[in-house]
Amino acid sequence: MDVLQIVALGLMATVLIVVVKSQRPELAVLLSVAAGVIIFLLMVGKISSIIEVIKELSERAGISMIYLGTILKIVGIAYIAEFGSQICRDAGEGAVASKIEFAAKILIMVLAVPIVVAVLQALLKLLW
Amino acid sequence: MGSSIDLIFKIAGVGILVSVLNSILKHAGKEEQGQLVTLAGLAIVFIWVIQLLANLFDQVKSVFRLF
Repeated sequence: MDVLQIVALGLMATVLIVVVKSQRPELAVLLSVAAGVIIFLLMVGKISSIIEVIKELSERAGISMIYLGTILKIVGIAYIAEFGSQICRDAGEGAVASKIEFAAKILIMVLAVPIVVAVLQALLKLLW
Repeated sequence: MGSSIDLIFKIAGVGILVSVLNSILKHAGKEEQGQLVTLAGLAIVFIWVIQLLANLFDQVKSVFRLF
């Protein structure tokens, strides 16, 4: 019944944010940050057990850990960047949100370069 | 986990308290002290939320192996 907990937490946080927002919009932003972090922290244990299962499956399939590690890093960067940019956009700062997303895209590209190079090398081997 | 859910109530409580104090002080003609109360409330809540965010970043780093 974790979903009931999460929904109750979200509704409660929403009501409190609406109450606070009319008087103190800056505290409403911090309140929504806190609600988002708490919901993620409630889910962290489940995410890590799913990742353990995926790791085990990839070991059984003989996939190199380098690729899985890269994918996990990309997911982590995407999550954190999304979190930050959503908060900025909620507070009305769309420009800062777009810059956070831009930086996250660049960082993900840097992480993906070795995989792209490996794919291209495999292609070249096939061609020649 | 209960303590972190308490944090939401604490932040909302600080927000309501600050706005009530602000309107009282404004009524009494002490608007600059009202500004200080607002700033103090913001600083307190900021410290709490930053600790929570540091916790989030540590968790994400360890779960997704971002080092």
